[in-house]
Amino acid sequence: MPQYVALTYTADVDWSSPEQAAELDEYLAFGAAAAAVIRGGAALYPTSTATTVRVRDGKGGDVVASDGPYAETKEVLTGFYLLECADLDEAIAVSAGLPAAWNGAVEVRPVIEM
Amino acid sequence: MSDSATPAHAALVRLVRDEGTRVLATLIRVTGSVQLAEDCVQDATIRALETWPRDGVPDVPPAWLTTTARRRAIDIIRRERLRTGKEVAAVEWLGPDDPMSAVAPPDDVVADDLLRLVFTCCHPALALEAQVALSLRTLCGLTTAEVARALLVPEATMTKRLTRAKQKIAQAHIPYRVPSAHDLPDRVSGVAGCVYLLFNEGYAATAGADPVRADLVDEAVRLGRLLVQLMPDEPALLGLLALMLLHDSRRAARTDPACDLVLLADQDRSRWDREHIREGVLLVGEGLRRTPSTPDPYVVQAAIAACHGLAPSVAGTDWPAVVSWYDVLLSVQDTPVVRLNRAVAIGERDGPAAGLAAVNEVPGLERYPLWHASRAELLWRLDRGAEAAAAWRTALAGETNAPTRRHLERRLAGCVDAAADLG
Repeated sequence: MPQYVALTYTADVDWSSPEQAAELDEYLAFGAAAAAVIRGGAALYPTSTATTVRVRDGKGGDVVASDGPYAETKEVLTGFYLLECADLDEAIAVSAGLPAAWNGAVEVRPVIEM
Repeated sequence: MSDSATPAHAALVRLVRDEGTRVLATLIRVTGSVQLAEDCVQDATIRALETWPRDGVPDVPPAWLTTTARRRAIDIIRRERLRTGKEVAAVEWLGPDDPMSAVAPPDDVVADDLLRLVFTCCHPALALEAQVALSLRTLCGLTTAEVARALLVPEATMTKRLTRAKQKIAQAHIPYRVPSAHDLPDRVSGVAGCVYLLFNEGYAATAGADPVRADLVDEAVRLGRLLVQLMPDEPALLGLLALMLLHDSRRAARTDPACDLVLLADQDRSRWDREHIREGVLLVGEGLRRTPSTPDPYVVQAAIAACHGLAPSVAGTDWPAVVSWYDVLLSVQDTPVVRLNRAVAIGERDGPAAGLAAVNEVPGLERYPLWHASRAELLWRLDRGAEAAAAWRTALAGETNAPTRRHLERRLAGCVDAAADLG
């Protein structure tokens, strides 16, 4: 069966702060409801913790680690799920249950089978 | 006359193209791959056009095409399996191997497959322009070059667009399936939107030299007919086909010999296609009968078009009915342009003063040239020539297509001439 990642894009959020408890509960409820198709995933610390890594001058060159996310955008990657669904329609239907779908957006991408 | 120019050959090409579409729909289901199915059907149609003129048309052309295309698919799949050592796709649909004696898949199977193909091509996860291109390629059976020509896009660009769409269908697993009852209304309206976009691209061409592109209109009407055949109880599709037929009934009267658009009011109504109007009116009735509670916007728009189609003249139009239909349309599609059209109809029903008041009341169209043009017409009829000229100038300052622009220029010139005569 095909697998998809559902990437959640919303305003930056610190899941570890107590203020986020209510929203976190919504995600937990989603997790329980969609347990049959969820194969993995994670919530991420806010982008203030992000480090962007590049190697200068090609493979083997200097490693340059810089503070911040890859792209500065209003809505940022806050988490992801790995889903196993029958087809894209099911993946869309499941993703529509993610709070990020109404608080921001969910990007659904098919996973390459290796 | 060469072979390829005879009517018989043209009919053969048409037959192969029509049957090819049906065969394609089935083969996509059987192989699970749009690309593979397309390659195989193309192969089969080429062979048909090579051999049928020589050996005669087989008794059951779709059976011949299906069997030939399926054989080709089996070949390719076997070769792929040898190359990769992987099971690729199962060709479970097995029929007799001799294409001359093969039976066609039953009509209901073909219809189901075509329906699946419709919903795959018009899947909302595909960009609208890709949906239109895919529909022309698979449902209308146009070649990629023909699709590119139809949509005025370079062939290389179109090849890329179609390839990308087919890749997404395969890689993201866009299903080949009729949506569930719950999703069906939304998805049907998506399909209708795709076909209507195609129709409008032909009916009110925004690109190219001609104001009307008959080839696109014909393909859209063909698709509309196919959809009604496949889903005879969907009001949106009945309304869509009715609307397209009623608009297209005016084709011969809509342009003058110089290829300029002729306004509805100035058209020679004896040149309207009565058969199209009759069919469109019947379809409006069918659509209304199948409308449960909320009216469908296509059916209502078709009802308005039917009022015009049945009218002997502008003066003889049932304007109270037109205004009422616009009221209904506003209840489901409240847009400034619908409000403007309703206001213009009020002008016809109640006179230019009432019309002007109604047009002035429509908010948010200051930058819409046709709002200014509508005001200009009404001001002109109220003998307020100077204000009319100013409104036409404002309309001309906005962005319009070439035929509309020429029409506005003519109106403005007439208005200025009349003022000169008076002075």
